[in-house]
Amino acid sequence: MNDQPSTTRRATKRGRARLHAMLQVVLDRTEPAVEWLIRLCGWSAILLVFGIFFFVFREALPMLSGKLNLTEFFTSLEWRPTAEPVPHYGILALLVGTISVTGLAMLMAVPLGLGAAVYISEFSSGRMREILKVLIELLAAIPSVVWGFIGYMVLGPIIIRLTGAPVGVNLLNGSIILALMSVPIIVSVGEDALKAVPDSYREAALSLGASRWEIVYRVLFPAAKNGLLAAVLLGVGRAIGETMAVLMATGHAIQIPHSLVDPIRTLTATIAAELGEAVQGEPHYRVLFVIGLVVFVLTFIVNLTADLVVKGIRNERAV
Amino acid sequence: MNEPFDAKSSENQYKLLGELTVPLDDSELFTATSVEHWKQVTEKIAWFVCLLATLVLIVPMMAILTYLLVQAWPALSFSFLVENPHNYMTAGGIWAPLVGTFWLVWISLLIAAPVGVLAGVYLNEYARDNWCTRIINLAVVNLAGVPSIIHALFGVGAFVMFAGMGRSLLAASCTLAVMTLPVIITSTREALAAVPRAFREACWNLGASRWQTIRTIVLPNSISGILTGVILQVSRAAGETAPILFTGAVFFSTLPEYGIQAFFPYGLGDRCMALSMHLFTLSTQVRGVTPALQYGTAVVLIGLVLAVNSLSIGLRVYLRSRKKW
Repeated sequence: MNDQPSTTRRATKRGRARLHAMLQVVLDRTEPAVEWLIRLCGWSAILLVFGIFFFVFREALPMLSGKLNLTEFFTSLEWRPTAEPVPHYGILALLVGTISVTGLAMLMAVPLGLGAAVYISEFSSGRMREILKVLIELLAAIPSVVWGFIGYMVLGPIIIRLTGAPVGVNLLNGSIILALMSVPIIVSVGEDALKAVPDSYREAALSLGASRWEIVYRVLFPAAKNGLLAAVLLGVGRAIGETMAVLMATGHAIQIPHSLVDPIRTLTATIAAELGEAVQGEPHYRVLFVIGLVVFVLTFIVNLTADLVVKGIRNERAV
Repeated sequence: MNEPFDAKSSENQYKLLGELTVPLDDSELFTATSVEHWKQVTEKIAWFVCLLATLVLIVPMMAILTYLLVQAWPALSFSFLVENPHNYMTAGGIWAPLVGTFWLVWISLLIAAPVGVLAGVYLNEYARDNWCTRIINLAVVNLAGVPSIIHALFGVGAFVMFAGMGRSLLAASCTLAVMTLPVIITSTREALAAVPRAFREACWNLGASRWQTIRTIVLPNSISGILTGVILQVSRAAGETAPILFTGAVFFSTLPEYGIQAFFPYGLGDRCMALSMHLFTLSTQVRGVTPALQYGTAVVLIGLVLAVNSLSIGLRVYLRSRKKW
């Protein structure tokens, strides 16, 4: 009563309230439609996964149905998609390139990643842990093209100076870069897995007189082994699919590597390098989609396994 | 036995502390056996090795980032940001790619954010725990794991060819949107799951429907968590190269440098430059570029991505600090 708002203000207030009420009514009336929209969006992920497979498959299909000799495709070392009169589509060297660079990267990334995960989860605490986690997260945020740039401009010259290799962009360079790229995911998933082990396990081990290392090695590793395996698999999945970094840092030579400093080429880099030049609808263009299908299936299997492994622990816990 | 206690006597093995006698030489009470000694040593070694692994990750990264910054220093200036590249990209700045990245990210955000948030709402509020939901979860996880080059192929097949968009800003943005969708779905879901169930139950008790509850209770209480995920998506989309390589990015395009046109240089059907693509072009496709220009582009890209990421992390920390429940 003391401070009566002016009539105009009261009017606008009332108007706004009425507008708000009307909006609410409209929103309420649309509930069935909205629910359908929400449901549709919920299913979008499934649609997209199938869509991705479908559209990549669709472009690859004319090649798959007869034109491409699959035995040659998987076992030949010759990748000469533009050779006249008979082009050669053999991806063995590319496949070996992908596998070798991924394997080498994992040799570096797994010990580093698990070590860092153990350090962050078990040996550090409080503010230090938060800072380390943020730093690792920032490591994950650096775009792949920047990693490629680092490999090309910074790491390459260093490798030439240290090993005397003729070119700096090679298997070693690519795998170091890939290792650095896939480590963050290994660390964060691995750390989650270690954190998921109940504290009572740690306390029981402590009361038996175990040292911290014994807790990690004898208690946490066995208890979290599925989670750690999933972490490694997700790292592998990331490394197989990585494109720009390996395109720039591995040297782009189609061959089976014989030493650490041989340049190589991967499946993904081939697609990225050649799709721009390939004529739409030509066999070369379609073969690149077939390679895409191979990469898709590879990563799909790896990711699916990782997911099933994680599901496995969850079910075990529930029992 | 009646002798007075002499602390300095030859039998000063024991010191009187009130009622308690404590051996001065603790070897009598506790001797580290070789096993226990080994335990202590292994713990030290393990601690050191794990610390080393962490440092091996972080120190070189810091060193490299510093090195990039030092190399880029001569190029970094305000005019570097607002000038277009010229002389076959061997001189000038990065305005055109910067604007291109800006529009790519915004349009992809406009597409991915509503769909992703609604999908998160569905998974957390509507879906029951049945096989259908499990398949959706599996799809989200796998969508997140699809390599970026496959997204590029999908973009070419679906948007460029099938939908007839051609190589354009719109096609590239759609591809980026598909790529970033799982991130938004997952983070939205986590944000929604953090809203206590009691909030919803209280609202239902007042007779509110599901959608009313979501609209008035769940979303307002989780909006900042959702934003965190969306911001994270922005940083990811800004840095990606492979998906836009064949769907809409172009090596070079001439743009107006002044006036309002400089901010809206591309139509939805035009091909555009992008910062990540520009870095790739500068470092591998063009000859005779001064290194400072390349390093400068890299530093701006990293700076952009890290700034957006820090924003997201900061928001998360702030949220955690003022959480009410």
